[in-house]
Amino acid sequence: MGDVGDEVWVLGASMTKFGRFPDRDVIDLGSEAALAALADGGVTIHDMDVLGAGCLFQSDQGMGQQLQKQIGQTGIPVYNVANACATGATAIRTVYLSIKAGEADMGLAVGMEQMGKAGLLGGAGKARSEKHVFEPSGRYGSVLSAEGRLGTGLMPGVFAQAGMEYAYEHGGVGFEEFARVAEKNHAHSTLNPLAQYQKRFSLDEIMNADMMAYPNTLLMCCPTGDGAAAVVVVSGERLRTLSDEQRARAIRMSASVLTTDPWTETAQVQPDVNTLTRNAADAAYETSGVDPADLDLVELHDCFATAELVHYDNLRLCEPGEAGKFIADGRPWRDGDIPVNASGGLISKGHPIGATGVANVYEVTTHLRGEAGDRQIEGATVGLTHVIGLGSACGVHVLERATA
Amino acid sequence: MVDYLELDDGSPHLVAWEAVDSGALYFDRRNADAKSGGTEFRRRRLGIDGTVRSFTIVHRAAPGVATPYVSAIVDLDGGGHVKGNLVDVEPDPDHVSLGMRVRLTTFVAGTDDEGTEAIAFGFAPVEDT
Repeated sequence: MGDVGDEVWVLGASMTKFGRFPDRDVIDLGSEAALAALADGGVTIHDMDVLGAGCLFQSDQGMGQQLQKQIGQTGIPVYNVANACATGATAIRTVYLSIKAGEADMGLAVGMEQMGKAGLLGGAGKARSEKHVFEPSGRYGSVLSAEGRLGTGLMPGVFAQAGMEYAYEHGGVGFEEFARVAEKNHAHSTLNPLAQYQKRFSLDEIMNADMMAYPNTLLMCCPTGDGAAAVVVVSGERLRTLSDEQRARAIRMSASVLTTDPWTETAQVQPDVNTLTRNAADAAYETSGVDPADLDLVELHDCFATAELVHYDNLRLCEPGEAGKFIADGRPWRDGDIPVNASGGLISKGHPIGATGVANVYEVTTHLRGEAGDRQIEGATVGLTHVIGLGSACGVHVLERATA
Repeated sequence: MVDYLELDDGSPHLVAWEAVDSGALYFDRRNADAKSGGTEFRRRRLGIDGTVRSFTIVHRAAPGVATPYVSAIVDLDGGGHVKGNLVDVEPDPDHVSLGMRVRLTTFVAGTDDEGTEAIAFGFAPVEDT
């Protein structure tokens, strides 16, 4: 087994196309991604010392073990993880930690999800009983669902409020700046054959699409969908025993960070997606020695256009308070100085929740290897991935092309 | 419709649990203070005037919820932040703005089969003087 504190590398990576696949089950998707990642790394399931399996909506069904029964039952430890939209990043991190702890030399992390057409996610109402008599219940002594009566807790509105809070505090941000985020990500997705949607929309079409929760129109919200992604992660010591070709394509994982939301005053009523992201980013920059200005590409959690904009600031991609200017100036476009979501992002590539945090590591890895085809960000050597799930959990990984 | 709204014979207001150690405010039943870890709390009456720090205008909602409506985060004068609907205002971006001044009001949110009304709170715009 590897040395404690050894470097950790991505050896193999893969993702399925994201979309809606009613004829397949979630294990089909997970298996496809896992087998492709193993093949990509030039290894087999028999080389794996640990499996991290991320799936949110079926997290009580032993998805890792179900996956093993399709791709290889070798008796290794499985960690089934569920951590909101940071589920996939958490699966990677369980493998990362096993290697860092010296318990494993190589492991497989798989993120998978089958959501179909799920509609709005968030708080749900309760079924009505026969005779309806108000009875206070729960931690707020409620007699009715608060949804729509005491504001909204559904995702399009929650993230709209996160964006509008940024607009309140910093200015220079309005409907158009938020819409420009979606304009960019839809445009980027046209180059990504694995994206759920690959259609470009004009700013006008985006701003005039059906309003979901102002300022988020339908084209500024990510779709629900199905898909999976997988990565093979390996210790530096083990990597040095592998072939020249395997070593040449390996990508160093220079930081792996997971945070939760610390107590903040306003977060008691509106989730604070900022503080934990800033904390994760700062820790990742410190661990890796990478400066935000060094980044060649970023895959961040654009579940809604309003979310991407605030994360420009949270991830230190722009000057503090300047996120509106950052998008207005075109800096996060693929031909800008810090391309953000060259894959199309969650908005257009899709967001099968458990897969997302693994798929963004696949995406950055693919660019750093120079294998991203039409959507390649030329000469990319350093990238960052970010996911955040409400509750909250945030995962950030820094990836670098380096010599093993 | 929630236990942190006190109707108080015509002067409705919100009450929070205030952590004695840290001053953190909560509307829900608490096991401990998420800021300090302390377990001592006291009831604190909150102000009824405030400022909109964020809002969204919801057009696509859960079944049974009338749309469009405005959900807002309000900073209450004297401390505390709360989420609620904006009422007595046109639900469009021309009539709702960040930083607008609002005051707590109440409305009937529903009636059960025995005729008991559930009273909710919302916030209505006020002219700042």
